[in-house]
Amino acid sequence: MSMRKVAVVGAGMTKFVRRALETGKELSWQASSMALQSCEMTMDDVEAVCLGTAPDAFDGVHMNGEYLSDGAGAWRKPYMRSYVGGGTGVFVPIQGWYHVASGLFDVVLVVAEEKMSSYYPHAQGAFLTIFDHTTERALKPNLLWIFALEMNRYMQTYGISKEDIAQVAVKNKRNAADHPSALLGDPNITVEDVLNSEVLAWPVNRLDVSPVSDGAVAIVLAAEHVAKRITDKPVWIEGVGWNLDTAYWTNRDLAYPRYVEYAARMAYDMAGIKEPRKQINIVEPYDPFDYKELHHMEGLLLADRGEAPQMVADGVTQRDGDMPVCPSGGLLGVGNPIAAAGLMKIAELFWQLRGEAGNRQVPGQPTRGLAQAWGDLMQVGTVVIMGR
Amino acid sequence: MSDRVAIIGIGWSGFRPVTPEYSYKELMYEAARRAYSDAGVDPRRDIESFVTVAEDFHEGTSIFDEYTPDQLGAVLKPMHTITGDGLHGLATAYMLIKTGQFSLVAVEGHSKASNLLTPDGVTAYAQDPVLNRPLRMNTHFVGGMEMNRYLYESGSTQEQCAQVVVKNRSNALENPSAPFGADLSVEDILSGPPLSWPLGVRETAEHADGAIVMVLASEEKAKVLSETPVWILGAGWSNDSPGLENRDWSSANYTKNAAKMAYRQAGIYHPYQTIDFAEVSDIYAYKELQSLEELGFFQFGEAGLVTEEGLTHKDGDFPVNVSGGCLGMGNLLDANGLARALEIVLQLRGTAGPRQLEGINVGLAHSWRGVPTASGAVMIMSN
Amino acid sequence: MSDKISTYPGTSLSEKEIRDGKVLSIQDQMPGKFSWDTGIAIGKYLAGLKDGVIFGSYCATCRRTVVPPRTICEWCFQPMDRYIPLEDTGIVNTFSLCYVTWDVRRIKEPETPAVIEIDGASSLHGIMHKLGEVEPQEIKIGMRVKAVWKSAEMRQGAITDILYFKPHEGSH
Repeated sequence: MSMRKVAVVGAGMTKFVRRALETGKELSWQASSMALQSCEMTMDDVEAVCLGTAPDAFDGVHMNGEYLSDGAGAWRKPYMRSYVGGGTGVFVPIQGWYHVASGLFDVVLVVAEEKMSSYYPHAQGAFLTIFDHTTERALKPNLLWIFALEMNRYMQTYGISKEDIAQVAVKNKRNAADHPSALLGDPNITVEDVLNSEVLAWPVNRLDVSPVSDGAVAIVLAAEHVAKRITDKPVWIEGVGWNLDTAYWTNRDLAYPRYVEYAARMAYDMAGIKEPRKQINIVEPYDPFDYKELHHMEGLLLADRGEAPQMVADGVTQRDGDMPVCPSGGLLGVGNPIAAAGLMKIAELFWQLRGEAGNRQVPGQPTRGLAQAWGDLMQVGTVVIMGR
Repeated sequence: MSDRVAIIGIGWSGFRPVTPEYSYKELMYEAARRAYSDAGVDPRRDIESFVTVAEDFHEGTSIFDEYTPDQLGAVLKPMHTITGDGLHGLATAYMLIKTGQFSLVAVEGHSKASNLLTPDGVTAYAQDPVLNRPLRMNTHFVGGMEMNRYLYESGSTQEQCAQVVVKNRSNALENPSAPFGADLSVEDILSGPPLSWPLGVRETAEHADGAIVMVLASEEKAKVLSETPVWILGAGWSNDSPGLENRDWSSANYTKNAAKMAYRQAGIYHPYQTIDFAEVSDIYAYKELQSLEELGFFQFGEAGLVTEEGLTHKDGDFPVNVSGGCLGMGNLLDANGLARALEIVLQLRGTAGPRQLEGINVGLAHSWRGVPTASGAVMIMSN
Repeated sequence: MSDKISTYPGTSLSEKEIRDGKVLSIQDQMPGKFSWDTGIAIGKYLAGLKDGVIFGSYCATCRRTVVPPRTICEWCFQPMDRYIPLEDTGIVNTFSLCYVTWDVRRIKEPETPAVIEIDGASSLHGIMHKLGEVEPQEIKIGMRVKAVWKSAEMRQGAITDILYFKPHEGSH
């Protein structure tokens, strides 16, 4: 029994900004409209819509998926919103994939939106309610805590320094200087800048963290027979994987993201990849904090445990290195409108694999890329492998 | 692509106005345990993917999917949440299996509505934050306006809507999972206080707690594991305009489109002749009449008449909401569609007890996400 | 297509434009109130805290003691076998020094969240809490700590019945 092949045939995105004039619906429409135009399609061609957006608390709208539906093009169409916290941005293309691979639909529009600026005074406040209401919330935890706790454990376990980790922020923010939608691109940033930035939650400094943002991204997925009619450069979804670990995050090893490994193994199996380090040309791992990129490279089995920092130090993960990582600029550079940031990574692979990434183009005509996101209470991994 | 998909396991817990003895996790576990036992599967070994349906503000927790895996046996497995109705969850599992990648998928939905102390305040937050919410109206007004327009255009009457309540709450008396069973008269319903005229308080489903888990299987697996698989013939879902300013108030296009999609998959051209019974959304009583018409069972304006004639009664030609519906079982928030589907499965298996229908082969479940949404889903099943 | 796109949509606003009324906005606060049923396991946990005891639960199949307690073991999916009173001591698995509050106000003296592996629970099994009676710079991963409780009459069956964990010498 062979599975139906699914291709990405179009992509669009808004600028990622700290505070957008546009509403969430308008951002969704802008990205969707752009994605459809890029493959010369219209809403009439779209059979179903999949939406990704992170907690309703940001937008201050209950059943936010319903509210955003018309902006995302779902009027009088089959429409669902999937949800795995921060992993949503790379999950929503997986949702689109199973819509098409099931045989129920031939063309699906996949939209990811985030309007974090609506929450006052600061979107961080919305994160209090992600913690367990009875056993944790009374301690008034801050989202930074869990990152700082995980980063500290990671550093301690493998003897990694803050300097090692800061190199990731430098690389990604420099890469983002070439991204026209980026919020925090900076071609001149240095490791010292990162280390000297304000300490938010030791060991996390301000420039270790991606910025809260508004933005939207959309892609168009098509079944094989449609994709080949639309474009001579379809980018195939070769493998998908997702995995959710226990909610009891204080009962597991924070130094290694085993859920990312499980998700990656699922995707590698589906894509028939036996040697990921040789067969993956571009990696867009989730980098809301700089250490997360390293953590995820290890979980994806693209680096040995504790060895990812060395790859960065050796320049392997530079845009012109042997394994470019976050050539887009990642969340650290382009910005982090949560669900949209994940889908931005899919759009980046689409452009890179088609050779259309402009100043960001990775040399050597890459043939296969991997995008990954992460979320919940350091708990979920989502992986998509795309190839020409 | 796999061929057919079946429901092979069902489990539930709660179905009471309050469930103070259990946390939501414990409520989910009881339902899951029963469903896995019913399907004869070990979730840790056999089930390959898990789907839940939940909305953050119903739970009082942001990114609620964080807290779903442990009590379902889903730790370190592919699992995700759909912020939709239970039927959206079933449709998702249906698609996952049809990709050929998965052969056993579990779906969970629950309500801990009793823990939400300000349901109206939260529902108001589903209104457009700029255009509608500042008017500070209880969201039931959307139901009142829709009912008014529906009665005006269809010629249906308030008495006919009240008849739906009488029927469903009477049906609930035969269902141990329905806490709102009662013998009532049309007069009892109509003499109740108004909620948002013409919609009355007694035509509105009360909230209840409960959890439902179902196990879906590919054809190959279903034939090995189950003697009474319930096959999914078609699934459909659709949205209409979320905006109150530009929706068609006299019809429920989302239901019509969802049904069309499901009928196409099932190859059904004459729903009334092909389908033997239905469970449809009756969060508000008029919704049952409107839905039956949009689903193509009756002409516009006819559902009220046939209800008065007893056609949709449990002994009638086309029984509707034999379970008691939302009016009898309670409004289970995101789990409403699963409660409708549960009754279809029980009936098609022949295990519905005193309310068992005779000579049935095909059933339809329908759900609507409640005000202010224009979002619904349909699933057609057969034994 | 990225290199063929000349402009990307999206319009950036500053706080000032909203403050000055150049862009209109609406403020609102959700009246969302919840009363979560604690159920069996967390009910036991909270009752224990009120009595000055941290309870875990034990799964004989997996030979694992977890905290906070639950009614089912997420690994084998069997009911937990029993509740076990744990020590109120443990070791710091990881910690942070946090200079912003949950609603992003800057503070001079950092908050000190930590994951504390509780003595009596299985390895790497702990809870999140805060550290106290210690100079922030002196905190180390692997440090032994002990719970500092509210007085018995002040305890109400909540995680805050433990004020914080403080450095603690001595074996368990």
